[in-house]
Amino acid sequence: MKDFLFLYRADYSAYAKRSPEELQSITKKWMDWIGSIAAQNKLADPGNRLENGGRVVKPNNVVTDGPYCEIKESLGGYSLVRVDTIEEAVALAKGCPVYTIGGSVEVREISKM
Amino acid sequence: MRSATELIPRLFRTEYSKIVAVLCAHFGIDHIETAEDIASDTFLTATELWGLKGVPENPAAWLYTVAKNKTKNHLKRNTLFAEKIAPEIKQTAPLNAEIDLSETGIADSVLAMIFTICDPVIATEAQIALALNLLCGFGVQEIATAFLTGKDTIYKRIQRAKEKLREAKIDIAIPGADILPRRMESVLITLYLLFNEGYYSVSGEHPLKKECCSEAMRLTLLLLENERTNLPAANALMALMCFHASRFEARTNQTEDLVLYNDQDVSLWDQALIEKGCFYLNQAAQGPLLTKYHLEAGIAYWHTHPGDSREKWEAILQLYNQLLILEYSPVAALNRTFALAKANGVEAAIVEAEKLQLLNNHFYFVLLGTLYSGKDDKKALTAFEQAYTLAQSAADKQLIQKKIDQLAAQN
Repeated sequence: MKDFLFLYRADYSAYAKRSPEELQSITKKWMDWIGSIAAQNKLADPGNRLENGGRVVKPNNVVTDGPYCEIKESLGGYSLVRVDTIEEAVALAKGCPVYTIGGSVEVREISKM
Repeated sequence: MRSATELIPRLFRTEYSKIVAVLCAHFGIDHIETAEDIASDTFLTATELWGLKGVPENPAAWLYTVAKNKTKNHLKRNTLFAEKIAPEIKQTAPLNAEIDLSETGIADSVLAMIFTICDPVIATEAQIALALNLLCGFGVQEIATAFLTGKDTIYKRIQRAKEKLREAKIDIAIPGADILPRRMESVLITLYLLFNEGYYSVSGEHPLKKECCSEAMRLTLLLLENERTNLPAANALMALMCFHASRFEARTNQTEDLVLYNDQDVSLWDQALIEKGCFYLNQAAQGPLLTKYHLEAGIAYWHTHPGDSREKWEAILQLYNQLLILEYSPVAALNRTFALAKANGVEAAIVEAEKLQLLNNHFYFVLLGTLYSGKDDKKALTAFEQAYTLAQSAADKQLIQKKIDQLAAQN
């Protein structure tokens, strides 16, 4: 078994424009999707959602607002799944509700080193 | 007034474990057997005397006094005690210390015993056997009959557990505040399993099964009565037990067959217990910690609402999602998929069910059969037949055969 990191990227600022009903329905889709992975005993860690905004610290004490000012897709959260192959991880990621808001899932194997 | 023959078995159930707990707390873990001997001897004396002279006015108090005197005599005459044990226990319990059989003394001792028996050094199945024996006053033979095992197996299991407690030198005490939360976890798990053992086990109907549940509830209540152990998780567990127990009368019919949830007579559900469950669930809703008992109590709460509503099954589905994220179990995975069928539709549930691949679990094939029924009866039949092959108990096989017959009748 290997652990794979799911990184959820989307234009999360678009969320703010959605109605409470829409947000509730999106939350349900996320819960049903994560619940489905957990029901297959393939969820290593539900992970976390990330707040909008942040700081990036660079050499020489240079601090900037997040790297995503220019990028539409900002990192909105992460989870860890536990499966045998990256193909299986990708199959799980295919059900992610992030696509409904035009986002993406980056799938990365966790290095055991 | 009740006759002695009627009263003694009842008192034995309620008082034996209290006397054992108080004496264990007094003597220390090394001398569980001494405590048990004195408690048994007390009841033997009661059996002999009450038959001849009649039952005393306050039987419980009489038992406590006799137990106290027997303990004093034991201490006096036992030279082994004087030479070997006394120096040992002097540090913890001075010889002249009064044996505390007051109401709070008993409650504290029993609570301390719960923590001792639920110490993680003992395996869970041994904890349950030991709890039934020492905390609930059930005999080895009774426990063996109820769990369809031999008397020797249970006896050895209990002896080994006591041995382990002695070796590990487990204190009979309510743990200090620093380790209490962690120790509470194993106490709650044991009480939860004790309840489930009575509630879910289909291995034959035995009166003890139901008593497992009421004893688990009694012991959980004891936790709630002490402010140190009256924690949200314990309240959530109590709520869960109340909600489940509310369906006791409805879940078996006159011939003692299991009646499934959907077929139950709702008027038999115990509303008073449901209200109690709601009370404890509210008590549990304090603090930041969301335990599996909270989630399971939430699921059980929704099951006290009869019928199918969208709101009910959506709530149950989300609680199962959270439960599975917290801790995977095949049972939760199967129940989640059933809730999904009710909330999101059968087609979606079939897709999810096929992913579970619990191929050694007969409940998995029961679920598949249920979902496919009316959609694809051929697949439903194959699933039920697979379930029948995998099922172990006669009761399970019987329920599955009923499903197969129903399907065959429709096609």
